[in-house]
Amino acid sequence: MSALIAIVLRDLRVALRAGGGAGVGVIFFLSLVVIVPFAVGPDMPLLKRIGPAMLWIGALLATLLGLDRVFAADHEDGSLDQLLMSSVPLELIAAAKGFAHWLASGLPLVIVTPLLGLMLGVEPHALATVALTLLVGTPGVTFLGLAAAGLSASLPRGGLLGAVLVLPLAIPLLIFGVVTTNAAILGEGLGSPFRFLCAISLFFLVLGPIAAAAALRHVRE
Amino acid sequence: MPLIDYANPHRFQRLAAWLIPLLGVVAGTLIVLGLATGWAAPADYQQGQMVKVMYIHVPFAWLALGGYTVMAISALGTLVWRHPLADVSGKAAAQVGAVFCFLCLVTGALWGRPTWGTYWDWDPRLTSVLVLFLLYLGVLALWRAFDDPLRAGRAAAILALVGFINVPIVKFSVDWWNSIHQGPSVSRLGAPTIDPSMLYPLLLSAGGFFVLFAVLHMALMRNELLRRRARTLRILQAAEAER
Amino acid sequence: MNLFAGLGPHAFFVLAAYGAAAVSLAALMIWIALDYRVQQRRVRELEERVRKR
Repeated sequence: MSALIAIVLRDLRVALRAGGGAGVGVIFFLSLVVIVPFAVGPDMPLLKRIGPAMLWIGALLATLLGLDRVFAADHEDGSLDQLLMSSVPLELIAAAKGFAHWLASGLPLVIVTPLLGLMLGVEPHALATVALTLLVGTPGVTFLGLAAAGLSASLPRGGLLGAVLVLPLAIPLLIFGVVTTNAAILGEGLGSPFRFLCAISLFFLVLGPIAAAAALRHVRE
Repeated sequence: MPLIDYANPHRFQRLAAWLIPLLGVVAGTLIVLGLATGWAAPADYQQGQMVKVMYIHVPFAWLALGGYTVMAISALGTLVWRHPLADVSGKAAAQVGAVFCFLCLVTGALWGRPTWGTYWDWDPRLTSVLVLFLLYLGVLALWRAFDDPLRAGRAAAILALVGFINVPIVKFSVDWWNSIHQGPSVSRLGAPTIDPSMLYPLLLSAGGFFVLFAVLHMALMRNELLRRRARTLRILQAAEAER
Repeated sequence: MNLFAGLGPHAFFVLAAYGAAAVSLAALMIWIALDYRVQQRRVRELEERVRKR
């Protein structure tokens, strides 16, 4: 257990260092939200309609950014080989690294979401719900992306490939995240869409590390 | 004979040499029979002559999903049972399956334009097939990303299994998404009951295309095995030349 | 040939669908056949070179 905590802390420290990439995700998220009105016009009713969707798309893309570095950096400097030899199950190691990545990249997105939601015309009473759906959904996306990161760890240009692999599989999270938010905007409570979001995200929390560990074992040299 | 006997590439090549042409003839016959009887049947009272597209569109849809299933089973063969030909089978299934998936989308769009007014309207069934096509493309991209075919095969196998497990989840959420946005309408491929005069030609045609899948799958496997043999020989020669 | 006459107002779409399928599958089959020849030739040449040494 202490080994896992050590991994989380180490990865966090690396990510939060200058050049570690933690802040870029938030800036990317912000940039995306800012360019939306330039594309569709400063049409508040329209922005209100697509607000939750753009928030989710932005968070999804921002999460997938930099996910490929989760294992690639360790693969390059050899620490991945050391981790593979440790007695801690590789699945748990992968989960720990995924958790660290989410803390550094995903959680900041969630925190920034209410502010960005205001810019996109999301009803104030629904801002908390948007943030909640992302709080539940981004770990799912991150852990799903872990599997893609594991598959492309040893590839020179694995970044875009990883995102391409994850996006179709992340569609269910996207659908239920936005549907939940839209329901909240209309004043309805958290119903079955939210439950499905939680269920699918939890499923990915389990599937991701298992697939990532399999990939790290079988696919690297 | 147990599957492991065909693990020998030479044995597979010998089997393929006669099985491919034979199944090719079978496939051709079934397809021609199916399409001919289908075209001879009276026109559907709702859709007129457009229903003739069903005789290829529906088999393509079945094969798109069937191809992914073959790929997933091959993936199990690669990772769990360590069958030497499993990853070759997976690659072939991905290639053929992707083609049928693409054709399902194209024929679906062409069917939709005169029948419902637009080439594409995000109805749940076609949208699911589109997502399936993206999953296929992901697997094919992964195959191309590695130089070593064995590593590529293992990576593609893991992705295929992850994708396969997710297919029900994606299907469920796409259906939900569609019902939220468009109301409970009958999807394009609706028609819960199908007239026998159309069902039997459809089954014939589908059977023919399934056999065609097997033919193309085996032929692609044969080519891939040759490609790997060439690669091995080239590597050996390069190693020899260095000495 | 009265098959085609009876195709109705949307004949183009029916034929386009069948045409796309036929062309795509034919192209796939041709590529497979050509690739087979290419790979066979390559393996043969490489095996000859190995034998000659």
